[in-house]
Amino acid sequence: MNVLKISNLGINFGGLRAVDNFNLEINEGELVGLIGPNGAGKTTVFNMLTGVYAPTDGTLQLGGVKYNGKTTYQIANMGIARTFQNIRLFKNCTVLDNVKVAMHDTYRYSVIDAVFRLPKYYRLEKQMNEKAIELLKIFSLEDYAESKASSLPYGKQRELEIVRALATNPKLLLLDEPAAGMNPNETKELMNTIKKVRDEFKIAILLIEHDMKLVKGICEKITVLNYGCVLAEGDVETVLSNKSVISAYLGD
Amino acid sequence: MKKFKLKKIDNKKKTFLYIFMIVVIYAIVMALTSAGIINRYYNGILITVCINLILVVSLNLTTGYLGQLTLGHAGFMAIGAYAAAYFSKTFMTIPQPFSFIIALLIGGVMAMIAGLIIGVPALRLKGDYLAIITLGFGEVIKTILLSMAIIGGAKGYIGIPRVTTFTSAYVFVIITIVFVCLLIKSRHGRAIISISEDEIASEASGINIVKYKIMAFAFAAFFAGIAGGIYAHYMGIIEPKTFGFNKSIEILVMVVLGGMGSINGAVIATIAITILPEMLRSLSQYRTLMYAVTLIGVMLYKYDPRVQVLMCKAKMFCAKINPFKRKEAK
Ligand SMILES: Nc1ncnc2c1ncn2[C@@H]1O[C@H](COP(=O)(O)OP(=O)(O)OP(=O)(O)O)[C@@H](O)[C@H]1O
Ligand SMILES: [Mg+2]
Repeated sequence: MNVLKISNLGINFGGLRAVDNFNLEINEGELVGLIGPNGAGKTTVFNMLTGVYAPTDGTLQLGGVKYNGKTTYQIANMGIARTFQNIRLFKNCTVLDNVKVAMHDTYRYSVIDAVFRLPKYYRLEKQMNEKAIELLKIFSLEDYAESKASSLPYGKQRELEIVRALATNPKLLLLDEPAAGMNPNETKELMNTIKKVRDEFKIAILLIEHDMKLVKGICEKITVLNYGCVLAEGDVETVLSNKSVISAYLGD
Repeated sequence: MKKFKLKKIDNKKKTFLYIFMIVVIYAIVMALTSAGIINRYYNGILITVCINLILVVSLNLTTGYLGQLTLGHAGFMAIGAYAAAYFSKTFMTIPQPFSFIIALLIGGVMAMIAGLIIGVPALRLKGDYLAIITLGFGEVIKTILLSMAIIGGAKGYIGIPRVTTFTSAYVFVIITIVFVCLLIKSRHGRAIISISEDEIASEASGINIVKYKIMAFAFAAFFAGIAGGIYAHYMGIIEPKTFGFNKSIEILVMVVLGGMGSINGAVIATIAITILPEMLRSLSQYRTLMYAVTLIGVMLYKYDPRVQVLMCKAKMFCAKINPFKRKEAK
């Protein structure tokens, strides 16, 4: 069963066809890479998948259900979580609260429960705290739980974004350049953690990445975008040895 | 191995300290009043402080925590004032504390409905529309009130029972502050704060940002309406021109000065700005000028590194003398 099915996706920005005829199927538990030169349209694909941009054409299906036209928060609650290329944390909130914001839909109590501090409030807050700490432990971030998110070092901020995305309980996780700005050691660690996340949570992951070591290391299949069009797709070895892919990356 | 432990969800000691403070402040005011030190004039200032506190703490919800600029808070106050006054004058026969409480609630609910009517369309739009729409709203309300003869028009609405006491105003201040504090420390509050931090990330984390914007805005309007009702029943006469743009800005200045999204700061700023002009009567003609200068000053210097260092030092000092500091496990 495929988790995500994208058919014939396309978008225009004025006269610019940023993405054209994009097709992709992601199965349960698959780790898929989306690569391509700068400006190829990778982030735009993510933005369409998450309802930030409305596609000009094409259909999006999550678990067999068409979800075009749904708003971003509905899509998040349906099970697509993402991180951002330029980190977008709730900077002045604590690390813990960053994660708890994303658990908003899973742990529900009413305003009445909150302002009268009814037992339900305490029960669910406690559960949320426990769950959040459990998630933070994946990246050993639990000791930072009560620090401000902006006080984390850069690499940890990227990891916190992944934790926050996982806190929405996704079926599909979209990672936009998770290793950007990380040193080789951090990247290696991140690779293992991404794999671990996939195995433990049994979710599908689609990731955009420029670091080919990471892509080769963990992706089971990749799609290459260039000027908004799919240049090649399939298993990693074949695609990366493809002539047109090499020339797109290195120039003719 | 160090075992990680989170802070308690609600700090009991802190809660007791706040309850203690609430009681002590009330006791002091009552003692000073019965001793005759707080005369009618000072009593009036105290009630004004209370009304402003409700306005500022409620505006803090939209402008501070939610991060949306609104310029018509006095408009909601006006609706609350007139609705509450109208009720009181129409149903004079209901025995007193009940009539007053019902009047205030009606004022609050009417203001909230007005908040929903303008908030629902305005908050669906992205960008700074809310500031412009609320600015217009405040003026429109003022004009409508001016033209309504049944509630006095420009002459003012007179003969409202003067039942506001320090006690009643104080109780509603506490209710407002407690409500906002408890709301902020909940899933709803986190959602509201996350919107001011980063709308896109908030939405991507599953937050219905339109819903929470409207929620914060409506609660703020509700409490502004209550404040209006308290004001009407304190003055006994209300005029539309009291609730103009200047009043909205006055409230906004207190919120900004108190540090947006901080209740303690808002309380201190409100008390200072309400009491200072009374102390410096001779300077009262410069009041508006003072507001403008302070506002510009805060905006210019808030992000100045020197000021930030100073603030940091102040915070560290406060942390040092904080009796509730958690003891670090060795
Ligand atoms: N909101 C927008 N309005 C107009 N053009 C846009 C918009 N968003 C993206 N584009 C354009 O679409 C193209 C693809 O951009 P996109 O951000 O998806 O690239 P990318 O593959 O993520 O690149 P990078 O590797 O640099 O992140 C670019 O030419 C960009 O300028
Ligand atoms: Mg990009």
